[in-house]
Amino acid sequence: MCLAIPAKIVSIKEDKAKVDFGEGVLREVNVTLVKARVGDYVLVHAGYAIQVLDEKEALETLRLWSEILEAEQK
Amino acid sequence: MAEKLRFRDPNLAKRVAEKIHEVAPKEGTVKICHVCGTHEWTITHFGIRSLLPENVEVIAGPGCPVCVTPASEVDEAVQLALKGVIVTCFGDVLRVPGSKMSLLDAKAEGANIRIVYGVSDAVKMAKNEADKDFTFFAVGFETTAPSTAVEILGKPSENLSFLVSHRLIPPAMKMLVEMEDLNLNGFIAPGHVSTIIGLKPYEIFPKNYGMPTVVVGFEPLDVLFGVYMILKQLKKGKPRLENEYTRAVRREGNTKAQELMQKVFGVVDGNWRGLCTIPSSKFMLDEEYAAYDAHLKHNVKVEHGVDIQKGCRCHLVIIGKIKPTECPLFMEACTPQKPVGACMVSIEGTCRIWAKTINRLENKQPDFDLNSPKP
Repeated sequence: MCLAIPAKIVSIKEDKAKVDFGEGVLREVNVTLVKARVGDYVLVHAGYAIQVLDEKEALETLRLWSEILEAEQK
Repeated sequence: MAEKLRFRDPNLAKRVAEKIHEVAPKEGTVKICHVCGTHEWTITHFGIRSLLPENVEVIAGPGCPVCVTPASEVDEAVQLALKGVIVTCFGDVLRVPGSKMSLLDAKAEGANIRIVYGVSDAVKMAKNEADKDFTFFAVGFETTAPSTAVEILGKPSENLSFLVSHRLIPPAMKMLVEMEDLNLNGFIAPGHVSTIIGLKPYEIFPKNYGMPTVVVGFEPLDVLFGVYMILKQLKKGKPRLENEYTRAVRREGNTKAQELMQKVFGVVDGNWRGLCTIPSSKFMLDEEYAAYDAHLKHNVKVEHGVDIQKGCRCHLVIIGKIKPTECPLFMEACTPQKPVGACMVSIEGTCRIWAKTINRLENKQPDFDLNSPKP
């Protein structure tokens, strides 16, 4: 039940946003709990965006993983 | 997109698995516990256990909210439904066994039960049908509780009440770590709960219990790296709290959600199905919102229910003491079509996840996923 799915914000009107879950699946979600802008990726759980995903951190995680694996391979 | 796909990169996964084998102790066993149904799904679905050394075990703790909802609270929902109140609930709550019947059984007897995607659907229904009484059965951990709080603060129509069953994960983790016979060596902390509560509630685990604790995301590589980080901490002998899921979890969590939950709920001791009463592990509505409390509004209160049916081992599966396959009822008397125990009901229940995966791997039976379209 704690499943949360990333979606991209297409438009925002007050506390509701239209989000794209990918492949054209659009749905209205409540964005009261987050400070999100159009174009942001949010984690959606039970009709609510619960957190904004940080793209920089995602890329940093991937970079760190590669670094750890490479460094420790030597 | 290429970067995104790397969260499931099989070559990278293979290399992390090699690192895990290098860093794992050569003697003794390591038992790592996660407390999230979605983690169990990732681990089982992607066969992550098969990549780990034999002496590194990952067990599933009580991370499925539907599975830990005690029969007494299902009984309350059933009583409300049989009294004529329209009960709204998440889909996976419908078949959770009560002492005598589930909400689905009540529906079969004519009760009006409606499945909703989220609490806001229940609010809309109540508003549109003002002449009827509605209750929302609010099951879920810290990930779900903020949405209930938002809707209650929005002052929904008076014909809607809430049967609050929200539970808190850190107190359950504390119970697990204090169970001496479980012998845990590390925690994979739940990513989505952590997006709300942040890192602070987990600080006690490394500090007071010497337990490496890593907040982990839900891609297979997240989990593998989480295991690797725990094993490295164990090797160094320096347990600490780390965050692997930095793209979604901030140190402070979602402060707005925390603030709203604090306004609406108080924390009380809670019964967890098949376990015990866990101190300070459950939300209840604050006095200020008593008008929305289904217990008070409809005079319904069940103190004790029958949590575990005869022969069921859910109480042992839920804390990882046994595997689902060690339960005599698993895929015999207890199947996804006809669950006996709560762990076989939800798509986040350990038994249900194992049942589906065993089915997929061994191809013994046709796919019984109730959500998949019929051929």
